Amino acid sequence: MQLYTRRRIGNYVVVGLSLAATAFGLLFLVFVLGTLLKNGIGALGPTLFTQATPPPGSQGGLINAIFGSVAMTLIATLIGTPTGILAGTFLAEYAHGSRLGEIVRFINDILLSAPSIIIGLFVYSVLVVPMGHFSAWAGSVALAIIMIPVVVRTTEDMLNLVPNSLREAATALGAPKWKIVVTVTYRAAVQGMLTGVLLAVARISGETAPLLFTALNNQFWSADFNRPMANLPVVIFQFAMSPYADWQTLAWAGALLITVAILFLNVGARFFASWSGLQK
Amino acid sequence: MAAEMEMVAIPRAAVQRRPAGGTGDAIFHGLTLIFAVLVLLILGGVIVSLVYGALPALRKFSFGFIVNGAWNPVTDNFGALAPIYGTLVTSLIAMLIGIPVAFGVALFITELCPKWLRRPLGTMIELLAAIPSIIYGIWGLFVLAPFIQQYIEPALIGSLGKIPGFGILFAGPPLGIGVLTAGFILAIMVLPFIASVMRDVFETVPPMLKESAYGIGATTTEVVTRVVLPYTRIGVVGGILLGLGRALGETMAVTFVIGNSHHVNPSILQPGTTISAALANEFTEAVGDIYQSSLIALGFILFIITFIVLAAAKLMLLRLQKSAGAAA
Repeated sequence: MQLYTRRRIGNYVVVGLSLAATAFGLLFLVFVLGTLLKNGIGALGPTLFTQATPPPGSQGGLINAIFGSVAMTLIATLIGTPTGILAGTFLAEYAHGSRLGEIVRFINDILLSAPSIIIGLFVYSVLVVPMGHFSAWAGSVALAIIMIPVVVRTTEDMLNLVPNSLREAATALGAPKWKIVVTVTYRAAVQGMLTGVLLAVARISGETAPLLFTALNNQFWSADFNRPMANLPVVIFQFAMSPYADWQTLAWAGALLITVAILFLNVGARFFASWSGLQK
Repeated sequence: MAAEMEMVAIPRAAVQRRPAGGTGDAIFHGLTLIFAVLVLLILGGVIVSLVYGALPALRKFSFGFIVNGAWNPVTDNFGALAPIYGTLVTSLIAMLIGIPVAFGVALFITELCPKWLRRPLGTMIELLAAIPSIIYGIWGLFVLAPFIQQYIEPALIGSLGKIPGFGILFAGPPLGIGVLTAGFILAIMVLPFIASVMRDVFETVPPMLKESAYGIGATTTEVVTRVVLPYTRIGVVGGILLGLGRALGETMAVTFVIGNSHHVNPSILQPGTTISAALANEFTEAVGDIYQSSLIALGFILFIITFIVLAAAKLMLLRLQKSAGAAA
């Protein structure tokens, strides 16, 4: 009887601790988002979307940084999506049991978690140094390199979910393999693949470290990809670390914008995924 | 005669058909192969560019670079000791806090919480991973650091700081900005990664095993410690290493709160630096070849450490996958 009580009490303690750990995790989610809302909403205003980043002590907005972030993310997506999808297709459709496939899969998973600042260093030495200056192209390439492993991984996973009977049916009709992949398996997996792309876009739109050495920052409006370009993450970094109150306010506004965009992308991707799950 | 005709006709038809799909197939296969190889080339390019960039510093300081505690741009004397030390200590703190909490979360999601709550709870924990590093940084600087300075650090100094010997870890004034705060933020950031791997590997345990244990009267705690954990040991370690890999390379959040001081200080309440924070802070302003090369050498060291940790994580998770596949 005593043993039984002791075991039960021990169990209550563990269950209680586990509950506390979950509450601890969620508390910080609420805490971070709450602080962002509190400090960010007050900083939102019409000038945010009409004016460029100001010198300290005067009014301004973030339009140049918003434009830069959207533009670089777009170019990175245009480079990263086809690259990632084709490499993922190779892993899922052509590399079954091959040594090369195993190596690519392994390296890709490592790149998936590799420190993004290292990617920044890499792009700095292969693009910024030869070009002689920081540029938005370099920033886009750095973001694309971070995006590729995410897209490769989800594309492979999604293509592997497509039932083999579909491929076999198409083969039996005499379709060549490339046509089977493009018109049958891609079509069956398209929602999942798009989910992966959305998650990858969400991942890169908050990345700061790789942009520090590539796109740098720009105080003024610029749409020239050959020059440094302002972008939200680096502006947030500089403004938050500055001693000026109005710069810090803008940093909070930028932080709120990025987080809302990323949460929307994430929730959207999940919604997309569950909707495609329903279709099957 | 008729047999001869057939023998001729079959190969001809085959020859005619093969190019139609054949070229298309060859092109498509080649295309996917090129992009798959590109993934390898990126990794190769990263290694080559880091080694090339780090050479001047490594040639000048050789292996002394790793144990040299100096960081002096004026005399061009650089060493990696302080950043390496800071990287390891912040990650250690992150693991000490993050692992038990992640374990608790995974345990709650897989064993305790009602079914309807599982998905929303999993999603919320994953959203914690979706919040970018820079957001944790600005939050850490303006909210967490003052909180730690006001409440947690005085308490630590007053209690653990008084223990002789051990107290040196908690020496000095409460600054808020420092190694402890950086480690704490890292713990929150790696929590979702470790928790979701743990949840996934816990779910690979065959229900039969758990039900048998429950059936002979085991409590939840006993099921987890005697059945689930032994079954998933490799996967749990893999998940922890994955989180460690993230913590080691995390940049922006740490840069905001660590204080960026190139001194090896035994007290975790004092400012320090990590490899990634040193890079983020100094790289674009580094004047002189040796200064920049030393920073790239730091990046190279970080790359090697994270590569080893992540490769080990991946191998362990693969092994679990294989053994689970064999059991099923």
